[in-house]
Amino acid sequence: MSTQPNNPQNEPGSPEVRQDRRDFLKECVAASPLLLTILQVAEGAAASANDDTYKPEEHYYGMGIDVNKCIGCGRCADACKTENNVPREPFYFRTWVERYVITTDGETVVTSPDGGIEGFPSSVSEKGILRTFFVPKLCNHCADPPCVQVCPVGATFITRDGVVLVDKDYCIGCRYCIQACPYGARFLNPVTHTAEKCTFCYHRVVQGKVPACVEVCPTGARIFGDVRARSSPLVRFRRFNEIQVLKPQLNTTPKVYYAHLDGEVR
Amino acid sequence: MPQQVKRLAVVFLILGGILIGARHFLVPKTFGALGHYRAAAIDLNASKPLVYAGHEACAVCHPDIAKMHDQARHRTVACEVCHGAQEAHVDSPGDHKPPAPRQRGFCPLCHGYDPSRPTGFPQIDPVSHNPGQPCISCHNPHAPVPPHTPQECSACHGEIARTKALSKHAAVPCTTCHQVEEKHKIAPLLSTPTKPQAREFCGQCHSQEARGSPEITRVDLSTHGERYVCWQCHYPHSPELEDTE
Repeated sequence: MSTQPNNPQNEPGSPEVRQDRRDFLKECVAASPLLLTILQVAEGAAASANDDTYKPEEHYYGMGIDVNKCIGCGRCADACKTENNVPREPFYFRTWVERYVITTDGETVVTSPDGGIEGFPSSVSEKGILRTFFVPKLCNHCADPPCVQVCPVGATFITRDGVVLVDKDYCIGCRYCIQACPYGARFLNPVTHTAEKCTFCYHRVVQGKVPACVEVCPTGARIFGDVRARSSPLVRFRRFNEIQVLKPQLNTTPKVYYAHLDGEVR
Repeated sequence: MPQQVKRLAVVFLILGGILIGARHFLVPKTFGALGHYRAAAIDLNASKPLVYAGHEACAVCHPDIAKMHDQARHRTVACEVCHGAQEAHVDSPGDHKPPAPRQRGFCPLCHGYDPSRPTGFPQIDPVSHNPGQPCISCHNPHAPVPPHTPQECSACHGEIARTKALSKHAAVPCTTCHQVEEKHKIAPLLSTPTKPQAREFCGQCHSQEARGSPEITRVDLSTHGERYVCWQCHYPHSPELEDTE
């Protein structure tokens, strides 16, 4: 400032100025706890204002599938593609429906034309069928997922609420996870060239909604919920049904639980 | 300390500095905050827009239909199964009108006959079931019931009727084995049809002494599988014998 040198009081070295600075610093130190407290209170108030925000550590998600209720309408596979903008070509599915036909000759035929979206044309003569049923499939959201283990860049991971997700901005598209998944639940998105899979519709779940496939299942064959909740539709489903998971011998600890699953299902 | 060591130390320090600097710029900010991944990727996944609004959103503006729908057989069928994903309609109802499938092709996705469907699920043969007529001309999709009291058993028990029609028992009417009260047609669960109780019932046609066509398979009831009732081995709607003949 141009006036400063003319003012004798502000001259460096003057005792009055030094005194002021010391007092000022002292006051600062004295006031700092108060200031910090105010800041902390303000922060706390801001946090409590968003108290209804989603808390991942309070959830642990899984899905139940009642094979006896699946009618093979394919609405789940269709809704999944709509909700998650999955390419419509019949090679890309986050969830799909398989038809199992076990013939009287002991042969097991598995078909899934377009994931079941357009229905299932009857391919086997009704006379030769011993058993037949539909099995919906999707990512099993394993608690010990091989896909996460093999990712070289940490682009796929388990969230605190037990959902296996892909970081599409960080994925390098090496396809290693697609090879590692024993359930065939992953594919490479032909547009982004990154790995893609079922997210349990994470964007819906954090808003308290159910995944799109569960929303549209007309017979309630899919049940979504908290595995650890005291009471939830999923807990009840697991309590009153004999539950199996797919490929338990691989120790992947799947969190998609099947009731009334046939031994032929792989 | 020898000069070479000092120089080497300087080189290592510079290399170390470059490494730390490179890590600072190359490793994403939130990487490692929650685990071996970018914590920001969770928000990336969670921030996608909704496409399906969910059935609870519909009842707010359409309470009448919701009330009727929630008490009817289609109560487990969410609105968006038939009307498509409607978050856009919830956001601006005027600009996005939900489609309603009025054509015949849609309903058979669930109700067309398919042997893989669970027993008891209502199924029709789309080719022979009132061909050419849209389903909604007889059935209210929000509260579906048969348009009139069914006269044939096959109206509800299509799967059994179809199986039986292909079997040796095709000519045997349902009422030969089942006594059905008229009430069963109106309130199916309040009056259930009877079922044969003893082996002697099948023996009326299939025992050695039975009268009737000689083509009917005969067994000696006293020696043939005496510890069991017939339907523990044979499915009466499609007796397995036909394959072995």
